[in-house]
Amino acid sequence: MNYFPDEVLEHVFDFLTSHRDRNAVSLVCKSWFKVEKWSRHRVFVGNCYAISPERLIARFPRVRALTLKGKPHFADFNLVPHDWGGFVYPWIEAMAKSNIGLEELRLKRMVVSNEGLELLARSFVNFKSLVLISCEGFTTDGLAAVAANCRFLRELDLQENEVEDRKGQWLSCFPDSCTSLVSLNFACLKGEVNLTALERLVARCPNLKSLRLNRAVPLDALQRILMLAPQLEDLGTGSYVHDPDTETYNKLISTFQKCRSIRSMSGFLEVSPLCLPAIYPICSNLTSLNLSYAPGIHGDELIKLIHHCRKLQRLWILDCIGDKGLGVVASTCKELQELRVFPSDPFGVGNAAVTEKGLVAISFGCPKLHSLLYFCQQVTNAALITVAKNCPNFTRFRLCILDATKADPVTMQPLDEGFGAIVQSCKDLRRLSLSGLLTDRVFLYIGMYAEQLEMLSIAFAGDSDKGMLYVLNGCKKLRKLEIRDSPFGNEALLTDVGKYETMRSLWMSSCEVTLGGCKVLAEKMPRINVEIINEYDQMEFGFDDRQKVDKMFLYRTLVGPRKDAPHFVWTL
Amino acid sequence: MALGLEITELRLGLPGHAHSIHPAGVNAVERNEKKRVFSEMSGDCSATTCERKAQNKNQVVGWPPVCSYRRKNSFNDKDRAEATKMYVKVSMDGAPFLRKIDLSSHQGYSNLVTAFEELFGCFGIGEALKDADSSEYIPIYEDKDGDWMLVGDVPWE
Repeated sequence: MNYFPDEVLEHVFDFLTSHRDRNAVSLVCKSWFKVEKWSRHRVFVGNCYAISPERLIARFPRVRALTLKGKPHFADFNLVPHDWGGFVYPWIEAMAKSNIGLEELRLKRMVVSNEGLELLARSFVNFKSLVLISCEGFTTDGLAAVAANCRFLRELDLQENEVEDRKGQWLSCFPDSCTSLVSLNFACLKGEVNLTALERLVARCPNLKSLRLNRAVPLDALQRILMLAPQLEDLGTGSYVHDPDTETYNKLISTFQKCRSIRSMSGFLEVSPLCLPAIYPICSNLTSLNLSYAPGIHGDELIKLIHHCRKLQRLWILDCIGDKGLGVVASTCKELQELRVFPSDPFGVGNAAVTEKGLVAISFGCPKLHSLLYFCQQVTNAALITVAKNCPNFTRFRLCILDATKADPVTMQPLDEGFGAIVQSCKDLRRLSLSGLLTDRVFLYIGMYAEQLEMLSIAFAGDSDKGMLYVLNGCKKLRKLEIRDSPFGNEALLTDVGKYETMRSLWMSSCEVTLGGCKVLAEKMPRINVEIINEYDQMEFGFDDRQKVDKMFLYRTLVGPRKDAPHFVWTL
Repeated sequence: MALGLEITELRLGLPGHAHSIHPAGVNAVERNEKKRVFSEMSGDCSATTCERKAQNKNQVVGWPPVCSYRRKNSFNDKDRAEATKMYVKVSMDGAPFLRKIDLSSHQGYSNLVTAFEELFGCFGIGEALKDADSSEYIPIYEDKDGDWMLVGDVPWE
């Protein structure tokens, strides 16, 4: 039933940018499926083991931009052993063999090798954009291959990767003919870069909009670079250390005054607070500011800076800003949408400088706030209820009390009511992380009210299987559930096994599920991989079904157990 | 399992925590006792160190949930130094002086072995590690009890 020629359909589908819309469209009828299949250029794979490279290529033969995610989220916190998996090489190899015209690759939590980067650089003539987030396994030699061979490279964005720095000349490998860079982020690299090569690269790339330097780039080089790139919109400084009583610093001040386009700043990997005033002229235009890696800036200096940032929409900061500083943010940054407050002293005892007071102040001052990550010393139910009332627009709410099972310090009650207020008020909540003393009751509320919830992170919470069951039964849109150190066992795991095919993945570690329970699940659900990760008792493991499983990761998949699992991962 | 032997077992669980086998239908009270209480974990450093080789006292693995890149690259210098640096002495027979190496800056045994090869100018350990069957040599190290141990048995973490 097709009233339009394929080209028209394809043109219409071009307007559909979301993956979900395109997925929906492909289910309408066979001809729409066909047109959509041949015109899909951007593909998102949330779990690299849910599908194989070959099947992906067969399904979307014209893929040009691919996003892949590998390890489970809790790998960020050292809960997943180092060699668990998530290798990108097979994907690059398969696409190279099938002559895919790959232009963009975006990877998160994957293992990337130099061989992979070299193959990538050689195989895809039109390759334009490489974004690596929280990846590992490669060195600067791999980057050199990308720099040298990707003639039309526009974007090289390295975010928080573990890269072995061979202290080579990777940056010098960009040929003189490379003038197409729009975005270059190497902030996570630890080694020296050839500053001359860097300056020449910046000078010949007139479209460079985003530049994030690493710690090895000193302040005088920053000044020279800014002179070469006044069009920059996003700047990550490297080392921001200098004696303010110098010519260089004065030059920097006047240079910053010329940079009228900068809207986003980050870096400050080392800081001389006395040099911060140089950026005040830029602050008035900033919409995004990340000072979360800036050590040693006192609350008062941060406050002085914040006073200039009236247009801020995104702020990432350390908790040394204090409740008082957050009050200043609240009264200054009326456009604030996203706030992340990181701990400056995570293992300190009673040293976290923010409490629920700072959060409450923010909620009064910043009604547009929809995304929060907040590490704090304590929280009260009353505060959360106030926050819920003031900010009903939260889509992401992650609260981390440093003492993970701490009760409301005023009433000594669990924080069930506080988080309950959040889920009840914030009808668009998609992501939630809980902490503090919590009983099954909070999960009852979550199941009842969190209708849009897609991702939930639980640690040291709940009393019984009922808690987990409330969530599994109630949250219809749940995609990712990750639980650690909570008393949920086989009954919770097995009551509704069909649920797991509607989700991307479930992680449970240090809970009450047993090997027997996991085996039952694996048997009932052939399209779910149930992985038992067991680093320690490798020899003994597997003989007693009553034994509790230390770490379990299950995910839906169309391709069965993976073939690259290390010896300590057992797929049931 | 004879009671007397339990004390000699290496197991996952807090000392005194009855991590015993029990049928699935245990009641909620027992389950609460078995739940790993955060305050016990963070206070009892001896259990956590033998389970997870936690580098600092009062640390529960993975808590607070700050991603490892951030842990290694921020916080104050003291924490960063304590939390990430693990210097160990390395000696090679015949070498006039010892070397010190920071274990935390390496990602695995093969990576560490490459570093040794570069430090001591002595190549071949890597091959012995990778290709155990065909190599004449096997890589071993001396542990804190003075015993010679085969490289690779203990997981890197």
